[in-house]
Amino acid sequence: MRDSIGQSAPVIEAKGLGLTFQTGDGPVHALKDVDLTIGKGEFVSFIGPSGCGKTTFLRCIAALEHPTEGTLTVNGMAPDAARRARAYGYVFQAAGLYPWRTIAGNVKLPLEIMGYSRADQETRVRNVLSLVDLDGFGKKFPWQLSGGMQQRASIARALAFDADILLMDEPFGALDEIVRDRLNEELLKLWARTEKTIGFVTHSIPEAVYLSTKIVVMSPRPGRITDVIESTLPRERPLDIRDSKEFIEIAHRVREGLRAGHGDEA
Amino acid sequence: MRFVLPVFAVLLAIVVLWYGAAVKMNSVWTYDQAARAELEVSFAEVLADTMVQERPVLPAPHQVALGLWQGLFGQKVTSKRSLVYHGWVTLSATLVGFGIGTGLGILLAVGIVHNRAMDMSVMPWAIASQTIPILAIAPMVIVVLASVGITGLLPKAVISAYLSFFPVVVGMVKGLRSPDGMQLDLLRTYNAGRWATFWKLRLPASMPYLFASLKVSMAASLVGAIVGELPAGATAGLGARLLSGSYYGQTIQIWAALFTAAILAAGLVIVIGVIERAALKRMGMAR
Repeated sequence: MRDSIGQSAPVIEAKGLGLTFQTGDGPVHALKDVDLTIGKGEFVSFIGPSGCGKTTFLRCIAALEHPTEGTLTVNGMAPDAARRARAYGYVFQAAGLYPWRTIAGNVKLPLEIMGYSRADQETRVRNVLSLVDLDGFGKKFPWQLSGGMQQRASIARALAFDADILLMDEPFGALDEIVRDRLNEELLKLWARTEKTIGFVTHSIPEAVYLSTKIVVMSPRPGRITDVIESTLPRERPLDIRDSKEFIEIAHRVREGLRAGHGDEA
Repeated sequence: MRFVLPVFAVLLAIVVLWYGAAVKMNSVWTYDQAARAELEVSFAEVLADTMVQERPVLPAPHQVALGLWQGLFGQKVTSKRSLVYHGWVTLSATLVGFGIGTGLGILLAVGIVHNRAMDMSVMPWAIASQTIPILAIAPMVIVVLASVGITGLLPKAVISAYLSFFPVVVGMVKGLRSPDGMQLDLLRTYNAGRWATFWKLRLPASMPYLFASLKVSMAASLVGAIVGELPAGATAGLGARLLSGSYYGQTIQIWAALFTAAILAAGLVIVIGVIERAALKRMGMAR
């Protein structure tokens, strides 16, 4: 599939996807009629207010939640089969490193579970740690690192095995703006180098516009997609692109989309 | 070393109170004796007498200290009067009981966390088991086991295990369940099975809980072993020492045995504390 970048079979495809939770107060429509196609190598951001189902959708892709309506395929398979085939790496809101493992030990965790050979584990750990700019920190324990470094280690952990999808659920949400800018810039470089397909949940408009090739704007009650914006920004993006006219226009459109979804409350 | 002064102050207060209580309680006997002999006794004489009685109601601290010293160091450790000998008898039953109890506790906790039926059924029984006074159940354990030819250390260890498994079950269930949803989800994204989840996540995460439980359970084991020595009329062990002391009104002997038990318990808990610190340090969990 590698030679047919772009127009090949979609990596993630949702049709009429819905997820309804049955609660004591009646059904809650976390997702309703979600149609979305994500192609190989795309960087897709999901943005919207809380309760819009952006995280739920990401969790559906990861087979951590199970849709109640519609169809969803990941790499052409059902999400559960894709999970079993270890098709994606997932980065959570918190780094969630094991305090009893060193940074290298944490990155090694998925490799141990997936049965990679000892030698292979060592090489991969070294490679991904250098990919996230953490060379030489392998022997440190998580508490010895700053929050930003811990989150980088958790990204390394998700990259350590050969999944070509990377799902990220507000990975930088808990970090301050300066660290966040740095990590955003590094994430783009990493994406360019690894050619992975990335699904990225955020509630920051600048972050979504800066990172994505496609921005999915969502709104709550029921959780649904209100706009899908194909970014016209070049793939090469220095931080100061955020002052360009194009950037501001896209950000404006995202904001409009968010406001439209909230029309009934504004 | 900041804690030396407060600890010393508390100790001093206890000793002073103890001496006061010893004088008050033991003077009753002195006055009785004097009245019987139709003698007048001065307060100084009473004071002196309350410190040296052979069977005082409350032995003075120095009498207990002397008894303890003689029991521990005053004779060969193989002597029947040696507290080292009796201490060892109790300690060996304690350690075997602690081992059985801890092993059983961990197994039950693993079962409770992984099996819904066990989750629903075991915990109420475990709690019920602890509401029965150990003094009531200990003689039955000894009698039943003796009838099948098991005597000596093992029945005591069983009683000890009966007390010590409970804190381990409670602590380990809590510990094995301590990983949050996100950590469990992370392992699901790796398609990790129960086995991997247990070894890589649940077990290491439960270690701080385990050590906290082990300290409680070690103390409970010692109590269990001592109680196990009471009903059988055992001839060896700290429990036997307590019992014979109370038969013959040897209060000094009772207090010396009690202090031996306390020292033993403190020592065992300190040992667990040292292992805990070393283990958690190795695991990078100590700050």
